Amino acid sequence: MFYIYCPYCGEHREEEEFHPKGQAHLARPENPDECTDEEWGNYLYFRDNPRGIHHEIWVHAIGCRKFFNVTRDTQTYEIKESYRMGATPEVTHANDPLS
Amino acid sequence: MSEVINKTVDEATQVAIMDQCPTADVPARSPLAHQDQSSKVAPQNPGVFLWEDALKTHLVLRGDANNADFRQGIEAATGLDLPEALQSTQSDDWALGWIAPDEWLLTGPGDQAFAMETTLRKHLSGHYAVINVSGGQTLVRLAGPEARSVLMKSCPYDVHDRNFPIGKIVNTVLAKSQATIRRLGENDWELVVRRSFADYIWRWLMDASGEYGLHLGQPDAATAARQSNPSRANPVEG
Ligand SMILES: [Zn+2]
Repeated sequence: MFYIYCPYCGEHREEEEFHPKGQAHLARPENPDECTDEEWGNYLYFRDNPRGIHHEIWVHAIGCRKFFNVTRDTQTYEIKESYRMGATPEVTHANDPLS
Repeated sequence: MSEVINKTVDEATQVAIMDQCPTADVPARSPLAHQDQSSKVAPQNPGVFLWEDALKTHLVLRGDANNADFRQGIEAATGLDLPEALQSTQSDDWALGWIAPDEWLLTGPGDQAFAMETTLRKHLSGHYAVINVSGGQTLVRLAGPEARSVLMKSCPYDVHDRNFPIGKIVNTVLAKSQATIRRLGENDWELVVRRSFADYIWRWLMDASGEYGLHLGQPDAATAARQSNPSRANPVEG
């Protein structure tokens, strides 16, 4: 059972108030018409599956209903941080494009 | 074609406000109207009082809390300060609770929805929303010395004094549904529940309250005085 900090409510809440929404920080290609099929396919369908640090989107579904980001260790399940949409994570791994 | 597209539209004419209760003879039934809401045999010393605050006005307000015009407009229309996160403000008739960083719930007398919505729109401008959701939810009230015990059984949120002071408002899981829980006084709680879940939550609360002695209905004046909560009448500190 996770105990998740919602950066909008400013409180920790039980996991059952939240839903995970997949990998965070996915940038939509600026101009889809000029993408190759591979670029567009990667954007639409392919996701990281790291062992370790993972940035993911969660929504406080039974709460303030806001989306936010979580940095979680997929190996230990430890949540390192929660941060608002548009913010950059403080915890990153060595090859993280966000670091 | 082009003159139709380019036609300037008066912003005010785009909003259609409807009086949902134009006359008193329009029948209105609360989502708990089918429930027998009075105790036939009340326990000697009830631990829990349960009743519905039916057919109130519920308005959802959306806007930018950092916009001074929005704040002042809400204040002017309702007489209430826009509450900070997880807080609520209250006057004799109206209560304003924080739902999300850009969303608040205003509740008050049932026959004043149209008047309040009109007043709000008079005081607000720009990017905001006022939505009448009175028909979509209802208020359930829980009081008495064991009211908190009922909540402890029913929701995962910490309702202890140190985490849930009077005036706090929280949207959380209740039973297998959800509710907006607001603490009005020491032993006085208000739940905002969805219309379609009202019956389920009502039955859940009746069941959960059974062991403490449930009185269906408000405490009478004498009982209320005995179980008094002095801070009830005061506006909530921010
Ligand atoms: Zn939240």
